[in-house]
Amino acid sequence: MIDKKTIEHIAKLARLHVTDEEAQEYSAQLAKALNHFEQISKINTAGVEPLITPTEIEAYWREDVVKQEFTAEEMTANAPAKAGNLFKVPPVV
Amino acid sequence: MDLTFASISEISDAVKAKKVSAKEVTKHFQGRIENLDGKLNSFTSKNENALQDAEAIDSRIAKGEDVGPMAGVPFGIKEMLCAKGMKATAGSKILENFVAPYDSTVVARLKKAGIVVMGKLNQDEFAMGSSNETSYFGAVKNPWNLECVPGGSSGGSAAAQAARLVVGTIGTDTGGSIRQPASFCGVVGVKPTYGRVSRYGIIAYASSLDQAGPMVSSVKDAALTMEVISGFDDRDSTTTQKAVPQWSKNLKADVKGLKIGLMKEYMKGSLHPDVQKTVENSIETLKKMGAEIVEVSVPMTEFAVPVYYLVAASEASSNLARYDGVKYGHRAEIKNLSAIELEDFYGLTRGEGFGKEVKRRIMLGTYCLSSGYYDAYYNKAGQVRRLIMNQYLEAFKSCDVILSAVTTAPAFKIGERISDPLTMYLNDIFTTSTNLAGLPGLSVPFGMSQDGLPIGIQLTAGHFEEQKMLDVAAALESASAVKGKHPHVI
Repeated sequence: MIDKKTIEHIAKLARLHVTDEEAQEYSAQLAKALNHFEQISKINTAGVEPLITPTEIEAYWREDVVKQEFTAEEMTANAPAKAGNLFKVPPVV
Repeated sequence: MDLTFASISEISDAVKAKKVSAKEVTKHFQGRIENLDGKLNSFTSKNENALQDAEAIDSRIAKGEDVGPMAGVPFGIKEMLCAKGMKATAGSKILENFVAPYDSTVVARLKKAGIVVMGKLNQDEFAMGSSNETSYFGAVKNPWNLECVPGGSSGGSAAAQAARLVVGTIGTDTGGSIRQPASFCGVVGVKPTYGRVSRYGIIAYASSLDQAGPMVSSVKDAALTMEVISGFDDRDSTTTQKAVPQWSKNLKADVKGLKIGLMKEYMKGSLHPDVQKTVENSIETLKKMGAEIVEVSVPMTEFAVPVYYLVAASEASSNLARYDGVKYGHRAEIKNLSAIELEDFYGLTRGEGFGKEVKRRIMLGTYCLSSGYYDAYYNKAGQVRRLIMNQYLEAFKSCDVILSAVTTAPAFKIGERISDPLTMYLNDIFTTSTNLAGLPGLSVPFGMSQDGLPIGIQLTAGHFEEQKMLDVAAALESASAVKGKHPHVI
């Protein structure tokens, strides 16, 4: 059951502010979509390992070597607010 | 040479032979963008340095340097891919002002091959959509009929390519986002095998499904572009170390002896009559050319759309957690700056920054991954996903390539389906299973609807079997009803 309360709970988990109007809309739409998606519950998947990555590619590990790819200025260039080379955020409690 | 309709090789060869300069080619296509894009809204930003970049190629040619197989070829790049010094918004307000500090591997390889980046192309927000109506930068129009959608999410790439505003484009495909717009706009679109193309520098939607690929005007151009962008990348551990075949050189429009699979599950659905006719014509054409048609079965594809949306939304909810308003992107104006709740800071920023469709999928994904529902949704979807892949592997034991429609109908009208997400999701019925199984797939233009819209045919092959798929596509291309036709906007 995707009621307004559930939507508010999911929105909290997702750190996503939704308006009352959106909550109402998402509640109906998600309920409809999940109801349709429920059809997979009928499939017998006993003992089937879930597929996470679709091709069998051997794990590759890079050498653990420090590289200087970006300067601090480049890394902070897109920051909404910064102080020097540091990301600046409002004080939180 | 008619630059507007020239192939990648024709332009590159002419530039290298100094019959035309890269600068002249760039100017020609800049003019086309200037004159036509106002009708399409396919570009979100233009490369202000395109002429200088072209001049640099010309001067390297003058010095006798090898500038690569795409010398001076103008390309458009989907917003999802980072290109150094250019915006990479992913079609979202939350990244409205984000300027990429580096090139994605795909863009870096294209630049090394000599292309000139003309600009960034519009898309559905974070590639979430099947109609290119969810972009923060407005809907893209289909150049064959401006009242219709170009398809999504790589609609900007498809529209720009169909209108020949560029010579080549790059799109990304998570559940059909290259093949569906390619079909709606009458261009060739290829989703390579998962792992062929590096995802480094591509803004992530659903990491186990996303794959970049070419959206171009011919199968040969697609093969050539694939050669340039494919290959191992030590920055993406999911890329394969397999060698990249020379698809363009080996390309042959010869299907004699090939077995073309028709999936019986795909043949029973209700297709639009024009799409049905296009599929039937394509089968007859291949038969006449000497291919053998065989029936195959992948019964689990019936569940591909639910599995796709459960997997994609779950991965998206995780990938999009990085947009928190701290390091980059939009940040909400917090009135009381002295002390705020951290959750409000994140929540308001994300609530303002994301559009409706993105929020809907984040909510769906968060729900599927939450305590009490993980096993029933995400884990179950992963299990069914394995069954789908296993059934495909079995099907490819009896055929070389599987042929199907790309979508149930040709391009639909703007606004027609946007208010009903489930109907829009079901639109992806023929394309999503390819991504779930990591298979390569393409759309090649083949038929025309009664209303004058192009219709593509989808071909799917086994893992890393792109050559077979490209060969069959080349055969279909040679008999295509779309050949020689151009969108009205041109």
